[in-house]
Amino acid sequence: MIARTTRLSLARQVRLKLDPRSGKQVLLYPEKGLELNDTGARVAALCLAPRSVGEIVDRLVAAADGGVTPAQIEAEVLAFLRALEDRGLLVVHP
Amino acid sequence: MTTALRPYTLIAELTYRCPLACGYCSNPLELARHDAELSTDDWARVFRQAAALGVLQLNLTGGEPLVRPDLEALVAAARASDLYVNLITSGIPADAERLARLQAAGLDSLQLSVQDTDPRGAAWIAGRDDMEAKLATAAATRALGLPLTLNVVLHRGNIGRVADFVALAERLGAARLELANTQYLGWALANRDALLPSRAAVEEARRLALEARERLRGKMEVLFVRPDYYADRPRACMDGWARRYLVVTPDGVALPCHQAGEIAALAGSWENVRDRALGDIWSAGAGFRAFRGEDWMPAPCRTCDERKTDFGGCRCQAFALLGDAAATDPACALAPRHDLVVAARASADAAPAPAPLRLRRFRPVA
Repeated sequence: MIARTTRLSLARQVRLKLDPRSGKQVLLYPEKGLELNDTGARVAALCLAPRSVGEIVDRLVAAADGGVTPAQIEAEVLAFLRALEDRGLLVVHP
Repeated sequence: MTTALRPYTLIAELTYRCPLACGYCSNPLELARHDAELSTDDWARVFRQAAALGVLQLNLTGGEPLVRPDLEALVAAARASDLYVNLITSGIPADAERLARLQAAGLDSLQLSVQDTDPRGAAWIAGRDDMEAKLATAAATRALGLPLTLNVVLHRGNIGRVADFVALAERLGAARLELANTQYLGWALANRDALLPSRAAVEEARRLALEARERLRGKMEVLFVRPDYYADRPRACMDGWARRYLVVTPDGVALPCHQAGEIAALAGSWENVRDRALGDIWSAGAGFRAFRGEDWMPAPCRTCDERKTDFGGCRCQAFALLGDAAATDPACALAPRHDLVVAARASADAAPAPAPLRLRRFRPVA
């Protein structure tokens, strides 16, 4: 289970790219694509290199412009990362 | 509304040549009737046009794509258009050096077909057994760090070996295992009595696949596709006609699916990427527009709530079974001619096992 201390990055098979048609970031993996919302896009970009979940959350909290609490951001990040993990799109580093 | 549709996936059938002769092949029955294969430059242009149209995923398939000596150049061209490049292969003839060159050219993922874990079963369905070569291809794929999918087409001859396929995929370190029942069109329809499994066998296979999916969650993705002959509702074929997928045949004909070229009423409707830009064919081609959206739907589809999820099922199946591509897919229990599917199940149950197969016409690879 992914927790704040987990270090992870996108699996090798996953490609993050801008979909020129929709203007949204998408994650591509074998035969599938996942369109990302703004938070997802920022988290995925941070997962291009190994990082701890805590660091990802802290970065998003620092960049947030009010209206959401750090706890809400953390919950959203964890839910997104767990969804990626379910699809086998993350590598967990020791 | 339909003009805003974009394809997400291009299925590039690079060649009909193949070392295997599978009795369920999705290639046309009349393999000889086709023109010369597209050139490297033709395909590169198609990839650019596809990317401009919104395509994100490219499936390089066939026949056997590895028999194209320019496959490395095709992969590089696809990556230059920023497509996610999946190679769908029998693994023959592959070697570690060639796979390394394909990876260097930009290959993203490899899907390896496995016909059977039992050599006699493989020889029955494909005309030969190549497990050793396939294992070598899988090992080389993993050694390169390329994500590996095992593609298994299930039928009466191998559906009892789902547990073996799962164990093999685990042993090979596959990221995905696709256990897809045969779709009874083309060669598979010609061989239906020999291939269609019993309902009990389908349900047992499904149970094992779902169990493996739970056990392997996060490690390996396990997909199971039921045969539509045993579902109450039709499958959402290609996620709807000319809605998300584009197929280009080896000789350049653009189609909404592998089988659409067989529909007699649309025989004059298909256009070639040699003559017209892919985007124009996609949006304006008569064949693409024929069953796009819902206007074509007969009763009971046109008022059925499920038309938004199954898109009216498979047009090619309606044509293959009824001679009318605009009819309700007989796989649907609500279809006026669902009796045809019920009768096919009974006929398959009565057929001997293993029944003789009509293997697809062999075409030399060279």
